Amino acid sequence: MKFGIVVFPGSNCDRDMQDALQNDLNKEVIMLWHKDEDLSMFTTDDYIVLPGGFSFGDYLRCGAIARFSPMMQSVIAFANKGGKVLGVCNGFQVLCESGLLPGTLLPNGNQQFVCKNVYIKNDSLPKALKIPIAHGDGRYYADDKVLNELEANNQIIFRYTDEFGNLDLSANPNGAIRNIAGICNKERTVFGMMPHPERATTPNLGNLDGVEVFRLFGMN
Amino acid sequence: MEITVKAAEALRLTAEEFELIKQKLGRTPNFTELCTFSAMWSEHCSYKNSIKWLKTLPRDGGRMLVAAGEENAGLMDMGNGFGVVFKIESHNHPSAIEPFQGAATGVGGIQRDIFTMGARPIASLNSLRFGNLKDQKTQRLLAGVVHGIGHYGNCFGVPTVGGEVYFEDCYHTNPLVNAMSVGIVKIGKTISATAEGLGNPVFFVGSATGKDGIGGASFASANITEESTEELPAVQVGDPFQEKKLLEACLEVIETGAVVGMQDMGAAGIICSTAEMSAKGGVGMRIDLDKVPTRQKNMKAWELLLSESQERMLIVVEKGKEAAVLAVFDKWDLPCSEIGEVTNDGLLNFYMHGELEASVPAYELVLGGGAPQYTREYSEPAYFEKIKAFDMNAIADVTDLKAVTEQIIQIPNIASKRWVYVQYDSMVGAANTSTNAPSDAAIVMAKGTGKALAMTVDCNSKYVFANPYVGGMIAVAEAARNIVCSGAEPIGVTNCLNFGNPYNPEVYYQFVKAVTGMGDACRKFNTPVTGGNVSFYNQHPEGAVYPTPTIGMVGIMDDFSTRMTLDYKQAGDQILLIGAQQNDIASSEYLHKLKGVEYSPAPYFELEEEFAVQHFVAAIIREKHIQSAHDISEGGLIVTLIEKGFNQNLGFDVAATTNLRTDAYWLGESQSRVVVTCSPQEVAAIQQKAADANIPLTVLGTVTTGNIALNGADWGNISSWKEKYDTAIEKIIAGA
Repeated sequence: MKFGIVVFPGSNCDRDMQDALQNDLNKEVIMLWHKDEDLSMFTTDDYIVLPGGFSFGDYLRCGAIARFSPMMQSVIAFANKGGKVLGVCNGFQVLCESGLLPGTLLPNGNQQFVCKNVYIKNDSLPKALKIPIAHGDGRYYADDKVLNELEANNQIIFRYTDEFGNLDLSANPNGAIRNIAGICNKERTVFGMMPHPERATTPNLGNLDGVEVFRLFGMN
Repeated sequence: MEITVKAAEALRLTAEEFELIKQKLGRTPNFTELCTFSAMWSEHCSYKNSIKWLKTLPRDGGRMLVAAGEENAGLMDMGNGFGVVFKIESHNHPSAIEPFQGAATGVGGIQRDIFTMGARPIASLNSLRFGNLKDQKTQRLLAGVVHGIGHYGNCFGVPTVGGEVYFEDCYHTNPLVNAMSVGIVKIGKTISATAEGLGNPVFFVGSATGKDGIGGASFASANITEESTEELPAVQVGDPFQEKKLLEACLEVIETGAVVGMQDMGAAGIICSTAEMSAKGGVGMRIDLDKVPTRQKNMKAWELLLSESQERMLIVVEKGKEAAVLAVFDKWDLPCSEIGEVTNDGLLNFYMHGELEASVPAYELVLGGGAPQYTREYSEPAYFEKIKAFDMNAIADVTDLKAVTEQIIQIPNIASKRWVYVQYDSMVGAANTSTNAPSDAAIVMAKGTGKALAMTVDCNSKYVFANPYVGGMIAVAEAARNIVCSGAEPIGVTNCLNFGNPYNPEVYYQFVKAVTGMGDACRKFNTPVTGGNVSFYNQHPEGAVYPTPTIGMVGIMDDFSTRMTLDYKQAGDQILLIGAQQNDIASSEYLHKLKGVEYSPAPYFELEEEFAVQHFVAAIIREKHIQSAHDISEGGLIVTLIEKGFNQNLGFDVAATTNLRTDAYWLGESQSRVVVTCSPQEVAAIQQKAADANIPLTVLGTVTTGNIALNGADWGNISSWKEKYDTAIEKIIAGA
């Protein structure tokens, strides 16, 4: 399984993702430039990753410009063929802007950027995972119809919880609806999440819960 | 237009400086030329009132690879073929006027200083000072500054890993915003801020030039004789996305091998970068100002020369290799224009549409060249009499230590700065090891070098106010202590010297004595000063800010296994105090904030004693005797003991019999003390080592599972203390 990481101007977690996959998880990684279009070296067994950062400065809505880049047209086609795609933070925003995932990411409830460790969990996990967040626009939102569909299809891959795994509004760092931290598409091939698993894969950082996240995505 | 001394004075040059300019040029300068001198001979660019004393600092030796002030930032040898590049800089005045953009562009400016040298920034720190937090104005400034730092740093993608925030009334009108950046470079891949090679093209890269920030270095509020200057925005506007692209493109362009020299445009914009690069290389430049991309129509030559528009670089390229350079900037969609060439006559000739607008010798403009250097008078401040009159015996000792401690940990200077730091991305780069394991200094992995770096910014300006010489030493000592307590070796300093008006002899006294104290301490710790900046005029009608020589220090950790953290590790571990207790409450937060005593001496400090304590702590860390180390600073011993419990929710049971005052023992801020913990089996070995080294050592008590007990009294659980500590600042801001 190969990994392609798309670099937009303003991406700033691209190298962290590369480090995590290449050095900590020992994977083959190819960096992809936003102006290029060629994904012919990837098959649907492979993974394209959209990293965190501020693509094109995010001076418009986050991810709104990146989604028009040449490489994103190829990524959309790749996803539509069944290829696997993961978007983290800004990458999640780009996926929502692209229509590959439903809903949107709004400015945080308190209108402030927030960076800290949070806990996330889903039903398949025995305990909550500690993963860092760092975003100003991480408040997931969708209408009830979409949300009910996500719930019905088990597409909510992570929710914010307290450290013991309890769904708790006070553990929600940004006001995301139904504590949603990450979702996937119905086919379970496209994944998006606000927390940064690539910041929790190196022993010296004192937190390896990110490795578990990558395992859940079938990346490890 | 007739250029007279009046015009010069309007541009903040003195009559003597105007005569000097005429003498150096052999004629009267035209307006544009006068503007170039005004900017370059401003305090900000020329260091004319400070350089005499800066030269007394230890400015070479150790691991230094370039002498202080030679390049845009300090460069020190990390070993393994890598260098660490670091610098701190102030953005005080812009932040006072427009906190968001002022702070944002401060962060942007310091990052450019780092990557201009070819280094990739890996961590940022900042030191912030405001007035009383209960004041609405302070809250507005704090919110704006923190938002600005976050806005720029988060987008640029460099983690903010450390810093300090102080609230003192003297900063009400003049907040201080000091930003530091640390980067890594492969030795041999550094780029110098120099121009060389007759005929080599000069490129201008980055944002278009507007009228923003014109005269930031010199004019401030002077009435400039040209029309419309009143409308000029005083503060620059930052674009972190543009800077992120500049960073990546500049590092890529260096790889082409076509770059002769590079400098960012900060204060005094084009004139400063062309003058400094040319003077350094002993060359001149011909520049066609009309080729500079502008964002406003009809900009005049002097406006183009002085504009401080952000995110711009000047690059001298080897002739014939232009295409490779242009290709990189095209890839990153960055405007790049050839605006001139290197000449060999030492003159900066600036043309507009073929007309020569200004012709000035580069050498005469710059520090170390023709820029004036002054010796200023100084005299002991009158307020020293009040400090000498301080009598500790007139202060009643505490009776209810627990109640006082509850107040102490909620003083904004001591309480958690969580409200501030959660707004900064502290983890991008996936290299900040302190998030999950805090130390007295931030420990950041220098990826690819096999090493880690420790970094800190420190200055207790109340101590410097009380005694500038001792306070200057303490600032350096505390920084070194933080790095030593983190298991690293201090290697060098960058400083940001924030003072009032240098023409005031009492302010200048503070400056001279603080610099002297810093120098003596830096020599003792073998941490040369690699550079930094001076910010004078932090003054308002009622007086100056506390003298604030902020110290940014970097330490090196060759082996990550020596990393030391500050928190209690497990119940049952023994708590040891290293260093001597003193009957001293001078300049403590307790005395100042709770007792309302404005004037008292600096806390107890002896340089030799400090050095011995640090040496001892470094040894017991290296020899793996201890589990944690945290120095004693604001709030005294009790605050250190409590802070050590927060990370893992552990408490302590301590007892002390002493002849000292209760407040001095628990709340005093005498220096050179560190609290460490170790397993019970290690106590004897550490005691023996301390006795051998003649280091005072006290066994204070035991780490508990969460409860706090002091001299047998129950102080409750650590979690309730943590709640108070964490939320104190948030409550004040929320008006609770």
